[in-house]
Amino acid sequence: MKVAKGITSRAHPLWLAYIMHRLSGLALAIFLPLHFWVLAMAMTDPVRLDGFLHLTEEGVVKLAEFGLVFLLAIHMFGGLRLMAMEWLPWSTSQKTLAAGATAVSFCIAVLFFMRAI
Amino acid sequence: MTAEVLKVAIQRDADRVDTFDVPAYENQTVLDVVSWVQQNADPTLSYRFACRVGMCGSCAMMVNGVPRWTCRTHISKVLDGNAVTIGPLRNLPVIKDLAVDMDPFFDKWIAAEGVHHGALTRDDEIAPIDETSATRVEANAGIECINCSVCYAACDTVAGNVDYLGPAALQRAWTLLNDAKDEGRTAILDAVSGKGGCHNCHSMGSCTAYCPNDLDPMSAIAGLKRETAKNFFKRGH
Repeated sequence: MKVAKGITSRAHPLWLAYIMHRLSGLALAIFLPLHFWVLAMAMTDPVRLDGFLHLTEEGVVKLAEFGLVFLLAIHMFGGLRLMAMEWLPWSTSQKTLAAGATAVSFCIAVLFFMRAI
Repeated sequence: MTAEVLKVAIQRDADRVDTFDVPAYENQTVLDVVSWVQQNADPTLSYRFACRVGMCGSCAMMVNGVPRWTCRTHISKVLDGNAVTIGPLRNLPVIKDLAVDMDPFFDKWIAAEGVHHGALTRDDEIAPIDETSATRVEANAGIECINCSVCYAACDTVAGNVDYLGPAALQRAWTLLNDAKDEGRTAILDAVSGKGGCHNCHSMGSCTAYCPNDLDPMSAIAGLKRETAKNFFKRGH
């Protein structure tokens, strides 16, 4: 067992906000090429695109869309939080902001999900 | 405290952890536990402490994976059942057992221009300081740093980038930048905007979360980010 390597000191809101921002950014970066590929079908193969768009009626795709909007919301609010934290001389309430950003992004994702189903 | 005997696991080197049975007492700190082991069970155990009252910053260790000042941490607050695991501070080379080499930490303190840049001599009048000015309030916020290296051990950016100056050194730079008695503005801004400087910080906030003196290095580093950026747009470098 290696004590120094097994650090458990990351379990606090600011670090969790950091890692959520990072992971949502990575997930969105992985999604983007797929997104552009489907969009490009409008030019190259409109029939196939229509077939693809019909998939959005599927429950599992709706769930994926919920995840996507959630990721976008997390990443946007996480970015706003970071810019506010680093560019505005706010010294306190950063934890509250991080929690608030997560809460708002979750609300937005839930709203989209409710509309989708 | 209910446990009568504490199971204390102490990391001796990379692959070796020794476990000791230590009698539990009222008002027992983590440092008391380590001292008991050294005085009663294994005199070869190496660790570092001096003041025992949270002023000297020499007794910091990893306690159950969290960097802490051990002289001001009650064992009852960190026990997992009746067990505790104690290791040397993270992110610093281990000399032996719980004693780490603090040189990289203090070298970076100097590299961040954490030294006094005076312009006056002893013959000059003492400059009046407005304690209520915004810059003095910023400077005062960071002056209680005891150089314990808890923030340095908590920081994942330090772990991933050997050049990164770290939270303590950068907070010192921010303090001096805001100190009306310090004349090192250009030197400080150059030092903290370089390769290992403030812009490496990802604002993970472990420094602020674990500082035993409740200081806020993350916000100090954010201040440096703003000042170096303003300086860049003003001076163009």
